[in-house]
Amino acid sequence: MTLQEIVDQLNLRPLTARHDFDQVTPSSGYASDLLSCVMAGARRGGLWVTLQAHANIVAVAALLDLSAVIITEGAMPDPETIAKANEEGVILLSTDKSTFHIVGRLWELGLKDH
Amino acid sequence: MKTYRAELHVHTVLSPCAEIEMIPPLIVQKALDLGIELIAITDHNASANVQAVQRAAIGTTLTVLPGMELQTREEVHLLCLFDTLEQAESWQAFVDEHMPRLENNAELFGEQLVVDETGEFVRRETRLLLTSATLSLKEAVAGVTRLGGIAIPAHVDRKAFSLIANLGWIPPDLSIAAVEISRHLSPAEARQRFPQLGSYPLIQGGDAHRLGELLGANIFRLAAPTVAELILAFRNEDGRSLTFHSGALDNPEGQ
Repeated sequence: MTLQEIVDQLNLRPLTARHDFDQVTPSSGYASDLLSCVMAGARRGGLWVTLQAHANIVAVAALLDLSAVIITEGAMPDPETIAKANEEGVILLSTDKSTFHIVGRLWELGLKDH
Repeated sequence: MKTYRAELHVHTVLSPCAEIEMIPPLIVQKALDLGIELIAITDHNASANVQAVQRAAIGTTLTVLPGMELQTREEVHLLCLFDTLEQAESWQAFVDEHMPRLENNAELFGEQLVVDETGEFVRRETRLLLTSATLSLKEAVAGVTRLGGIAIPAHVDRKAFSLIANLGWIPPDLSIAAVEISRHLSPAEARQRFPQLGSYPLIQGGDAHRLGELLGANIFRLAAPTVAELILAFRNEDGRSLTFHSGALDNPEGQ
């Protein structure tokens, strides 16, 4: 399943400039708001669901080469964070829905945790 | 009794997120320019630049307390303040035993530089500092207190790395000396927005990652710039006190 399908199905708002979503295929999903857990538990190329929106999420996403970060509950990164994401080629997607809702929908769509 | 304008939350170039201008002589000069008499150096999980800033302050009116901004297992940032370098070094040794072995990626997180009192390069810290120690908040507070230091949860009004955001409230059995709020609201607003603050003493921190972020919002009346005196000031005891420098606020309305 491509990121484009996920964005369409879940009605996600892209916050960053990269839009080659049909070229990106998330390998797995991971949800946590503690960055140390993400660094230890998320898989390379995975999709990360979190309600954190601070600058460090970009560093973690770049470090782990994540396919995208879905920021839930309408949390909004500041302009510097979005600029940093663009610089690093990190895809940030936004939704007003909760993490629980998004993870449930991703699972339904066939995205698993490995 | 003497008045000390204080900024107890200052990063140096050892913190990956700090600007390259955060070197000892410039930090000391900026503090003096602002009439600040007391600072604490609080790098993320690290204290290797404390002595350099202390040396840069020799012969000036500035006192530099050794400190650290520890990131606990719960991703809560905790200011750990001490009187002596020896205490800070003991604390550092303990923290080092509880740090994950992750390499810093300077391109993503930023450089982590140990420098001397002139700001000259000494070495790079290769371990990633912007991560959690495996210590719980409770273990950290107990450890700092045991060494004779004080623990102050940092910027609790923020959404990230904040005790209130991450834990919801302040655990009642936590022996913290005070709670820090950020520059973004006044102490009165903080108490209104966060009833969890209860009767905890508040300090306001600049969380300075660049020179322009030194705030010096806290005005202490102390007999000497020591941890024991700070504790008395937090309790408003024996003529010691803590008030706020109203001019230091970004949004002084609400004072």
